[in-house]
Amino acid sequence: MNYIFYFLIVISIIAGAVNGKLPDVVNSILTGAELSVKVAFSLIGIMAFWLGMMRIAEKAGLINIIAKCIKPITKWLFKDIPQDSHALGNVALSFSANALGLANAATPIGLKVMEELQQENKNKESASDAMCMFLGMCTAGFQLVPATVIAILVGAGAKNPTEIIAPTMIVTSIAFISAIIVAKIFSKIWKKQEVIND
Amino acid sequence: MINLISLWAIPAILFIILTLGLVKKIPIYEEFTEGAKDGFKVAVNIIPYLVAIIVGVSMLRASGVIDSLGHLLAPLLEKFMIPVETLPVMIVRSLSGAATLGLFSDIAHHFGPDSYAAKLTAVIVGSSETTFYVLAVYFGSVGIKKVRYAMLTGIIADFIGIVAAIMVCSYFFHPSIG
Repeated sequence: MNYIFYFLIVISIIAGAVNGKLPDVVNSILTGAELSVKVAFSLIGIMAFWLGMMRIAEKAGLINIIAKCIKPITKWLFKDIPQDSHALGNVALSFSANALGLANAATPIGLKVMEELQQENKNKESASDAMCMFLGMCTAGFQLVPATVIAILVGAGAKNPTEIIAPTMIVTSIAFISAIIVAKIFSKIWKKQEVIND
Repeated sequence: MINLISLWAIPAILFIILTLGLVKKIPIYEEFTEGAKDGFKVAVNIIPYLVAIIVGVSMLRASGVIDSLGHLLAPLLEKFMIPVETLPVMIVRSLSGAATLGLFSDIAHHFGPDSYAAKLTAVIVGSSETTFYVLAVYFGSVGIKKVRYAMLTGIIADFIGIVAAIMVCSYFFHPSIG
């Protein structure tokens, strides 16, 4: 993260200077900072709503039921998490929300999953294998209905906007499965490396 | 059919959660407000991470480096029958969701929603996530400093996704450039 942050800003400054866009770059600091707070504040309400609903679902035992249903898969994906943890039920909910294109619900649930995975994490400053797997799966963005994309195509007057659904499903599945495989391979490589470094 | 599922997903989830809660004699109102209290805390906690990533990405976009990269890679793109105008989307996709949607609607309006460029962009946008945003916010919310292999996994999966999108789209939609 340190290097990414450094390069994002340094490359912007150098490229801005070369392209004669330095004033734009400086102005973008203000607009970017403003936008971040707007994003965070726009999250508060919907976050509170879904966290409230999730708490009811948890108390009613719904999360446990879901967790049991997907146990065969999560046992393999999240080896270091106790299989009766709430986190696993929430993982399933988070992906259902993503798959259905419910981005508003997916972020609050995803953040709840992170909190629960953190409770099982031994080193609180370093990501666990389960977190890396979960994040890998999240960033691959498995989605069955690209609702926003279709809305934009419709808005632009597309003749047949739903024709992108099939190719999108194929591509999203490929990316999703690759993320899982890559995370699994890396977890082995990193473990070896970290043993050597210690 | 798919639209129907999207429409009913949230109402159905809410119905199931609330009904099950009531049947199991859970004080649903109290539990809801108790859980909702955390909403503010989580949203405020992620502000520093949002500022870092969003300011960085805004600066990068303002600097014009993405356009320069487009010019540089144009010959390579033509070889693979990839419309040049889709390149900024591929680069920005992992960084910023708002910017991606902006670029996408620009392409859809400028080149027409039925153009190959618009379809390819649609598939790329629909099949992926803003990797850096998700990483910054999710890890930031629980105070993780060492992300280990999470970032590399995300980047590789994004790259595979883009390659897959190019291949799948050229099969489905038959590109015709040059």
